[in-house]
Amino acid sequence: MTNQRLKPRTSENLVGYLFMAPALLVLGTFVVLPILYAVFLSLQKVQLLGGIEYEFVGLRNFARLQADERVWIALHNTAEYVAIVVPSQTLLALLLAVTLNAGVRGKSLWRVIYFLPTVTSSTVLTLIFMWIYNTNGLLNRFLAAIALPTYNWLGDPAVALKGIMLMNIWSTAPFFMVIYLAALQDIPQSLYEAAEIDGANAWGRFWFITLPLLKPVTFFVMAIGVIGTFQLFDQSYIISNGSGGPNNATLTLVLLIYQYVFRDLQMGYAAAIAFLLAALIIVITLIQKRLFSGDR
Amino acid sequence: MKRLTGSFWISKILYVLLIVYAAITLIPFLWALSASFKPLSEIVSGEVNFIPRHFTLANYRQIFTEEPLFLRWLFNSVAIAVSVTLLNLTFNSLAGYALARLQFRGKRFWFLLILAVLAVPLQVTLIPTFLILKAFGWLNSYQGMIVPGMVNATFIFMMRQFFLNFPPELEEAAALDGLGRFGIFWYIVLPLAKPALAAQTILVFMSSWNNFLLPVVILFEPEMFTLPLGLNTFKGEYISYWNNIMAASMIFTLPVLLLYAFFNRYFIQGVTFTGGKN
Repeated sequence: MTNQRLKPRTSENLVGYLFMAPALLVLGTFVVLPILYAVFLSLQKVQLLGGIEYEFVGLRNFARLQADERVWIALHNTAEYVAIVVPSQTLLALLLAVTLNAGVRGKSLWRVIYFLPTVTSSTVLTLIFMWIYNTNGLLNRFLAAIALPTYNWLGDPAVALKGIMLMNIWSTAPFFMVIYLAALQDIPQSLYEAAEIDGANAWGRFWFITLPLLKPVTFFVMAIGVIGTFQLFDQSYIISNGSGGPNNATLTLVLLIYQYVFRDLQMGYAAAIAFLLAALIIVITLIQKRLFSGDR
Repeated sequence: MKRLTGSFWISKILYVLLIVYAAITLIPFLWALSASFKPLSEIVSGEVNFIPRHFTLANYRQIFTEEPLFLRWLFNSVAIAVSVTLLNLTFNSLAGYALARLQFRGKRFWFLLILAVLAVPLQVTLIPTFLILKAFGWLNSYQGMIVPGMVNATFIFMMRQFFLNFPPELEEAAALDGLGRFGIFWYIVLPLAKPALAAQTILVFMSSWNNFLLPVVILFEPEMFTLPLGLNTFKGEYISYWNNIMAASMIFTLPVLLLYAFFNRYFIQGVTFTGGKN
């Protein structure tokens, strides 16, 4: 569509492919081939004894999912995690963005501070929070000081996942805040002025102008949020030493896939769980798209 | 923007909110930083003091002397993250430029394929990637950590969008002056693409530096560990030696923090770009 004027066609073809070669090679080997390979694996029983042996089992891996108690536990934990974290972090991100956009002084300084957890590694954040969550750690001392009940945050199955939720809402919300902020700056000021003349108060302007105009961004933030939260792994792995404990409370789907691959060496079955995860993510994204339809 | 701050009280409440949230953000970091300078006895005493009573650098000394692999992990992380970043910058820009400017057969197909790749969840490709790396004999190696991640569909797409918005006149003038396609790309286009390259550098470096899932799957010899894995082992060996764990965490966080301090403008641009691509 642009400039065919520059160079003759034949060399252009060659140059094009030379420019594309590294990208095509790597994406071909480590994305496209793996997808096909994953489909193949999910239909096999895989034996890893020195070499690798396959035995075709049809859809038996998928049939097995339903009767696997650990799949249900992981599914339940992951679903609970997604259902709580996605709305919370979206709401917090919106709240922070709107506050920063309200004409406060030192906006970029606040933004730099708030963004800090987003650039810190999940490993470091998890270690810091494990220490804060200790039975006599900072959080419990704070709770005790204001006469609230304290918890064994890491050891009690009833609260272990909640601890990860708190930490991740705290560390991901600022990322989405930045996306909201950019979108807020694109809303023309004249819209607000017109509404003000019509007698709309601050709340009305937010409700009838800001929120509707942010709808596409909110869809994006929730969609990315769902994809990210469904893939929870690092924090669960580090807190439970890979076990998903205490009492399976932090067992997520990705951790379960990891366990089936590296503890039980059941690659075929693990691939089936991975497809279950992918299917869930796709279905929920499509449902969200439906709910938010009407824009783009 | 006087609309919300018009009222004195609303503005006061806004600032209180901002300060409270800044405290919520900073306290975990400050608490960790302060622990890294405290002796263990002070940490277990149960006191809540952010300024160490007995300030010490012993924790930092200890992790370098008593954990002989710590330096090695640091080196591995740096080597891998720097290689991944440089390769991404080169390859994503080349591909993005080709998709934006060059005319070659099958271009539309490859572009759609790259868009499709964007939607593939990592978990589906993880097990096959492990087996492919195993077949190559690349488990537990630098190339195993670098090659699968040296191209990124998101940033190819970002570079393409960036180059599409470039005025083509400069390149046409350079072509008239006899510069070849690669010369134009290298001498004319890349220098003008600095903002996009900076955003890419930061985001790619950070995700490689912080990556946990890939190393946990393909690295199993402690000498080859990157820092996130090393830190995790460290946690196992030094249970409740939070002074040492926090000191190691601080060293791990420092490079990204410096990068962030100097380039935070590009960080924000990169995030807003990847955020705005929908």
